[in-house]
Amino acid sequence: MIDFTLHVNRKNYDVEAMSDTPLLFVLRNNLNLTGSKLGCGSEQCGACAVLVDGESTFSCAIAASSLVGKSIITIEGVSENGTLSAIQKAFLTEIAAQCGYCTPGMIIATTALFDKNPSPKKQDILKALQKHLCRCGSHARILTAINNMQSDHSQND
Amino acid sequence: MTKNPSLLKNPGIDSWISFSMDGLINVRIGKVDIGQKISTAIARIVSEELDLDPKRIMMVMPDTILSPNEGMTSGSNSMEEAGNAIRLASATIREILMELAARELNTSVASLEVTDGTISSRETDRITNYWDLQEGRLFNKAINIEAKVKPGNLYGKSQTRYSGADITNIVTGSYKFIQDVNLNSMLHARPVRPPNINSKLDQIEVEVEGYLKKKGITLIRNGSFLAVAGMDEYEVIKAANTVKRSAVWKQLRKFESASIFEQLKNNKRISFKVLDGIPIEAPIAADKKIAPNIKATYSRPYVMHASIAPSAAVAKFEENELEIWTHSQGIYLLRASLAELFHMPDDKIKIYHRSNSGCYGHNGADDAAVDAALIAKALPGAAILLKWTRQDEHAWEPYSSAMVMELSANIDTKSKIGSWKHSTFSDTHVSRPKPGQKGLGAANLLASRFLDPPIIAKPMPPNKMKHGGIHRNLEPLYGFENQLLIKNLVRNLPHRTSALRTLGAYANIFAIESFIDELAEEICVDPVELRLNYLSDQRAKACIKAVVKEIADIDANQPNHGWGIGFAQYKNSKAYTAVAVHLMVNEAAEIKLLKAVIAADAGQIIDEKGVIAQLEGGFIQAASWTIYEEIMYDDENILSIDWESYPIIGFDNIPDFKTILISMPDEPFLGVGEAVCGPAAGAIGNAVLKATGLRVRQLPMTPSNLRSLALKT
Ligand code: FES
Ligand code: FES
Repeated sequence: MIDFTLHVNRKNYDVEAMSDTPLLFVLRNNLNLTGSKLGCGSEQCGACAVLVDGESTFSCAIAASSLVGKSIITIEGVSENGTLSAIQKAFLTEIAAQCGYCTPGMIIATTALFDKNPSPKKQDILKALQKHLCRCGSHARILTAINNMQSDHSQND
Repeated sequence: MTKNPSLLKNPGIDSWISFSMDGLINVRIGKVDIGQKISTAIARIVSEELDLDPKRIMMVMPDTILSPNEGMTSGSNSMEEAGNAIRLASATIREILMELAARELNTSVASLEVTDGTISSRETDRITNYWDLQEGRLFNKAINIEAKVKPGNLYGKSQTRYSGADITNIVTGSYKFIQDVNLNSMLHARPVRPPNINSKLDQIEVEVEGYLKKKGITLIRNGSFLAVAGMDEYEVIKAANTVKRSAVWKQLRKFESASIFEQLKNNKRISFKVLDGIPIEAPIAADKKIAPNIKATYSRPYVMHASIAPSAAVAKFEENELEIWTHSQGIYLLRASLAELFHMPDDKIKIYHRSNSGCYGHNGADDAAVDAALIAKALPGAAILLKWTRQDEHAWEPYSSAMVMELSANIDTKSKIGSWKHSTFSDTHVSRPKPGQKGLGAANLLASRFLDPPIIAKPMPPNKMKHGGIHRNLEPLYGFENQLLIKNLVRNLPHRTSALRTLGAYANIFAIESFIDELAEEICVDPVELRLNYLSDQRAKACIKAVVKEIADIDANQPNHGWGIGFAQYKNSKAYTAVAVHLMVNEAAEIKLLKAVIAADAGQIIDEKGVIAQLEGGFIQAASWTIYEEIMYDDENILSIDWESYPIIGFDNIPDFKTILISMPDEPFLGVGEAVCGPAAGAIGNAVLKATGLRVRQLPMTPSNLRSLALKT
C-alpha cells in the first residue's frame, strides 16, 4: 500500500491504495464515488470513463497512483452544485437510457467532446462514442439527445 | 373471473398499494425493473387512475417480505399482469375513497372531483383528501376486478401531465445498482471458474495458501466450487487470478466437435406437432398429395445476453438467516431454489431486488446470487459483495440455444401457396431455477453442479405452453393452407441454455419472414403484397401498410443498397410489429444500416416514449444478433470471453429511426420489448438480398459469412 493525493471533482483526497490499483476501484471503494461503473475491467466498454485533464479516460485499468497532480472529474463532478450540465439535461429530457449502466460513461465521453469542440459533426460524435457499448440499444436516443442539445445551442447563439 | 395470475395470487388491495401519512402512496409490484422501466409505466397508471401527481407515488423495490408474489418477470408480461393488477387496485381504491368522501362531505359521489388526491365537490365548498380519509389504515378488501377504470383515451388528459421516466439519478451517477450496495464490514468476492462446465477440481497447489494468507484473502472451497473473498477489491481480483493459475482441473468430457447444426439435426430429440401454437402428441405426417416444391434451411448460432454489467449479488448469513440482494427476475422462485439447496425454511431467506444493467432474460443473476450465498454461508456474519468478471459473464451465463429451422412449401399451378411446413430444432429456452420438482430448482443454478456432492441438472421437460419456448411464433400469422408445424427439443447439446428475449420467436420469425420473400420471388409477386394477401387480421395489415407508406420514397436503387420488410404478431396474440430496413453492404462486406421504420400496434399506449424506446432498443439488439453475434468455442474452451471476441453493435451502425405507434385506446396494453426482434431480423435479411443478391440463411451476417456465401453462390 502507498499513500498519495488525488484531485477529484475539484477536491483533494488522500488515498491509500496499491501502486497498481486501477483508478476505478479507488473512486468506487475509497472515495465512495460509485457513479463510474465496472463493465469489463479491460478498457473495452466505456462504462468506467472519467475525465482526466479533460480527456475521456477509461479508469478500469489505469493505475490511480499514476494520476497524481492531474484533475479527475467523474460523473458526480459533471454537475456542479447540483446543477445538471447541458449534456446531462439533454440526456434527461430525451430519456436517453434504458437500464442506465452505460450512461455515466456516455455522458463523460460527450462532455470531453464538447469541451474541445462545441459544434461537433456527426462523425466526431460517432467517433467519440464508438468505444462505448450499450446493450439496451439506447444509441438512437443518445444521438438524438446530443443533436437536440446542439440545436438548442445554435438557437441561443 | 380474472385470468391474471398476479391477481389470483394476490387478490387484496393491501398487497399492492398503501397510503402513508405524509401525502405519499407506496406502490408494490412483484415484477422487477430489468432495464425496461416497468416502474415508470406502473406509476403512470396509478397517477392516472387516482389523479395524483406522479411525485407522490413511491415505487417500492420488490422483496420477498412485502411485495406481491408475481412469479417471474419475463416475456413482456409485466404490463399485462402487474399493470392490470395495479390498474384495478387503483380503481377499487378510488371507488372506496369516493364513497367515504361523499359521506364525509355529505354530498353525492357523482359530484366529486379529484385533483392530485384532493377531493372537492361542486355541491359544497368543503374538501378532503385521500390521506385524511384513509388515515393510514389498511383497506382489508379484495381488488374489485370489475372496478371502473379510467378509459384509455382519457389517459394523458388530467392536469398532472405525465412526461416519461425521470432518470435524474442515472445522469448524475447517483442511481444505486446492485454493485453499489454498501453494507457495513463488507467483503469483496470473486468466483474462480474452471476451464469449462465439464471440469472437476483435482487439486490446488499448496503454495497458494501462504500467498492468500499474506494478503488476507479467504479461499472458499466446496467441492469444485471455488471463490475468494477479502477487504480490498483489487487484491481479491488478483487473488482470483492466482488461484485460477494454481488450480488443476480434470476434464470429464470435451465439447462435441461436430458442427452444432449437425448435432441439432442428428442428436436424440423429442418432437411434437404444433397446433394453434400448442405442442401436441400426434403423429407427424405431411399430406403427400401436396409435396413441397420449394425448401430452405435457416440457422442461427448460440448467442448470449451479454449484459453490459457482469452479474453480481450481495449475501449475508447470520443467526441461521440468509439475506440476499440480487438482480434475479424471480425473487420468490430464487428463494424457493435456495431453500432447497441449503435445506432452509423459506422464511429464513430474505431476498431484496436491486437493479443491474439490462438482462433481457435469464442471465447470470440467479447463479451469482447462489455464489454469493455459498460464500456467505462459509463466512457467517460478513456481508459479501460478489461480482462476476467480464470473462465469467461471457463464458458462464446461460446461452440462448443455437437453432435450425427447416421450411418448405408447395406453390401450386395457380401460384398459390398450397402447403407450408416449418420444423424447428433447438435446445430448451427455459431453464430458470424453479422449485417444484424435487431438486430441480437447485440443479439449474450454476454452482450446484460443482458442489460436493454435485447436483446435476436434469434435461428440461418440453415446454408445452402456447407459444412457449422453441415453438414461440413457429405458427405463422399468415393463413396458409395445409400447415405442418413441428417442434424438436434436441438433447445432449454442449451448452447450458435458457431464456433470452423472445425465446424461439426471433429465429422462427427470421426464417418465416425470409422464406416468404423467397416464395414471393419464386411466384414473382411483390413480397408486401404476398403478405397482405395471406393476412386477414386488419391490425396486422395496418402495421405493414404503415411502414410501406413510410419507405415509398427511399431510393434503394443505388448499387449495393436495398430495403426489406419483416412482420410478426408476437406470440400471435400480443403486439403487432412491422419493420422496414434500408441498408447498404460496403466493399468490406459490412452491412451498414441506414434507416429503420417500425410500426407497432401495442394496444393502449401508457408510456409513449417508453414504448418507442423499447421498440428501437429491441431493434438495435436484434440487429446486433443478426449482423454480429455468434458464440465461439473449441473442444474445451469458450472463446467468446469479452467484447473483442464477442463483438456487438456499436454507434457506427445505428440507423435513423422512424417509429410509428398505432394507438388502440380500447385494447388492452401489450408489452413490446420482444415484438420487434424477429421482424427486424427478417427485414435485414430481405434487404441484404436486395442489396447483394445473396440470401443469407445462416446467421450472423458477418463479412466473412457473406463472403463465403458469395463464393458458394
Ligand atoms: S469497465 Fe472500463 S472500459 Fe469497460
Ligand atoms: S442503457 Fe443499458 S447498457 Fe446502455
